[in-house]
Amino acid sequence: MSVVLITIISLGVLGALAAIILYFVAQKFKVFEDPRIDQVEEALPAANCGGCGFPGCRAFAEAMVKSDDISDLNCPVGGAETMSAAAAILGKEVSAAAPMVAVVRCNGTCENRPRVTEYDGATSCTIASSLYGGDTGCSNGCLGLGECVDACDFNAMYMDEETGLPVIKEDNCVSCGACVDACPKNIIELRKKGPKSRRIFVSCVNTDKGAPAKKACSAACIACKKCQKICPFDAITVENNLAYIDYDKCKLCRKCVAECPTNAIHMVNFPPPKPKVEKPVEEKAE
Amino acid sequence: MLKTFSLGGVHPAENKFSAGQKIEILPVPEQVSVPIAQHIGAPSEPIVKKGDEVKVGQLIAKSTGFVSANIHSPVSGKVFKIDNVLDASGYKKQAIIIKTEGDEWDESIDRSEELVKEITASPEEIVKKVGEAGIVGLGGATFPAHVKLSVPPGKTCDVLILNGVECEPYLTADHQLMMEKGDEIMVGTQILMKALKVEKAIIGIENNKPDAIKHMTDLASNYAGITIQALKVQYPQGGEKQLIDACIGRQIPSGKLPIEVGAVVQNVGTTLAVYEAIQKNKPLFERVVTVTGKSVSKPSNFMARVGTPLNQLIDAAGGLPEDTGKVIGGGPMMGKALSSTDVPITKGSSGILIMPNEIAKRAKVEPCIRCSKCVTVCPMGLSPYLLSTVSDKGIWDRAEEEKIMDCIECGSCSFTCPASRPLLDYIRLGKGNVGRIMRSRTK
Repeated sequence: MSVVLITIISLGVLGALAAIILYFVAQKFKVFEDPRIDQVEEALPAANCGGCGFPGCRAFAEAMVKSDDISDLNCPVGGAETMSAAAAILGKEVSAAAPMVAVVRCNGTCENRPRVTEYDGATSCTIASSLYGGDTGCSNGCLGLGECVDACDFNAMYMDEETGLPVIKEDNCVSCGACVDACPKNIIELRKKGPKSRRIFVSCVNTDKGAPAKKACSAACIACKKCQKICPFDAITVENNLAYIDYDKCKLCRKCVAECPTNAIHMVNFPPPKPKVEKPVEEKAE
Repeated sequence: MLKTFSLGGVHPAENKFSAGQKIEILPVPEQVSVPIAQHIGAPSEPIVKKGDEVKVGQLIAKSTGFVSANIHSPVSGKVFKIDNVLDASGYKKQAIIIKTEGDEWDESIDRSEELVKEITASPEEIVKKVGEAGIVGLGGATFPAHVKLSVPPGKTCDVLILNGVECEPYLTADHQLMMEKGDEIMVGTQILMKALKVEKAIIGIENNKPDAIKHMTDLASNYAGITIQALKVQYPQGGEKQLIDACIGRQIPSGKLPIEVGAVVQNVGTTLAVYEAIQKNKPLFERVVTVTGKSVSKPSNFMARVGTPLNQLIDAAGGLPEDTGKVIGGGPMMGKALSSTDVPITKGSSGILIMPNEIAKRAKVEPCIRCSKCVTVCPMGLSPYLLSTVSDKGIWDRAEEEKIMDCIECGSCSFTCPASRPLLDYIRLGKGNVGRIMRSRTK
């Protein structure tokens, strides 16, 4: 009996002693952490995708609490709603950033872009692009090995078996930019989602001159500059044999889409053509 | 027991079909396309423009730094254009395209076959001249030769090692050079010895070339300080670090250069180029290229001008066989598959290997079974299975810890892997990224 008693008493005393020491140590080494960081973190999506440019949601929350001006901080995953909720906790204001979405700027489907070689190396776009220009005549286009799809944490991409190109699931895409970083060919771009998700972009990144570009891929931008000429808003520039549409200037008039001889300019989510068209457009070049 | 390097290595089937084929001088092509980046280091800067008349051996692109190399015109004629053309990897690279007219050599080049034994140039002049002649490592790595000859202050060199190993299966360019240009190589060796101020030179030759070993040993008796070292056949014995280990038993510490152990290594082809540059004033604009393969009707060794279209070499060797599955630039172990044969040969083209369909394809990739064969064969003592995994996962700090930068990319691991895993592909990816990180740290 006494053994049990001694055990209980000695352990109890030990425990109490340790508790007292720990109490003072905790007081001595106490780190003050702004409780608002926790609150802001709560309000964030907890995706830890890095789309904001910070290592994770907690780092982003810290940055929000610590910086006076949060206008250049944005959580693309949460969007305007999350940002205003988080800003409200801090009593700060945010201007809603325009929602963005990833677009794949390559239309080199198996049909448009004949294969000229065969690749049987490691299934990685980065490795393939370090070894050679690609299995088609276009050394700028999509390699089709799906590194972007692997990089996507939001199930917003898949490889289309038929075309061999990645497809963005618009509803899932949070514009975190992981696919943009993953693509060694810089094919994927984050663009403004646009009103009613309507947008127009040049679906090509080929910087070859017209003739070789066209030979390699029937849907290539041949830098003809027709789109540039027709665009009423100066939204289109042709540089390095490639047209680019500035999404801030583009008014979605769609003139360029009709003008492009290779159909390299894509429009998304527009209703079928009506006799009357509201707004002006961008274009593409040859 | 013959010497070889102490760690790892493999012995792939040798398949030296073109061995013993005399070096055939390829006719001057009608048009050459000379890339401005044919060497390791900064691309050269073209100094000719469209319409300029050039002679054989005339400087057409200037080196743009210490680690860079001059480029000389391989033909005489008119500069047709300077444009971006497809290179062997399918990317566009800048090249100088020259339409050939006749074959008029620069007057300063001595075209006689006569052997000039007496070395009048001083060590400094030799290094300078080697740089001016645009000589790069002709074993395939194309590292500018004058850089290796410039021993950094505080370091000393006591032995020159010549690489006559030709450990890559199929290739026979160096073998044939030793057989036909042995004397020139010997004088070249003495020039290099003078430049490096060393008394001793060792020429390492693998035992599968007994004729070359005998021939070179006979010749070496006429030249002071040169010895021939026969070596056991083992890949990658032609790697600098492996060759030094094999010949003189010194190991280079991780991340260091051969000069750390007092050795400089040059390829025998490079040595011949040095001889020609110093004694004959002939810059580097042609080289020996082996064209070979199991179904090639006439495996050959050609002396070809830089910029000659690959197609012309393949045609001269009997044309592209019907069952061709893959064309490789270089040897089967370190060479790269080409995406087109409509590309020029460069200073680094040691061979063109044509693989028939049945052996061209990589086998299906299976999961790693942890057999550790890759660890056993790695000549640098690394763990390729681990390096490839951490590279795939992007764990760069771990890759650096595991000394990924020591990898010499010999491909022994991928060659030996029973699960056909593309180990080297991933390690190269990791090396690229780790190298970038390390460089950004020192900036």
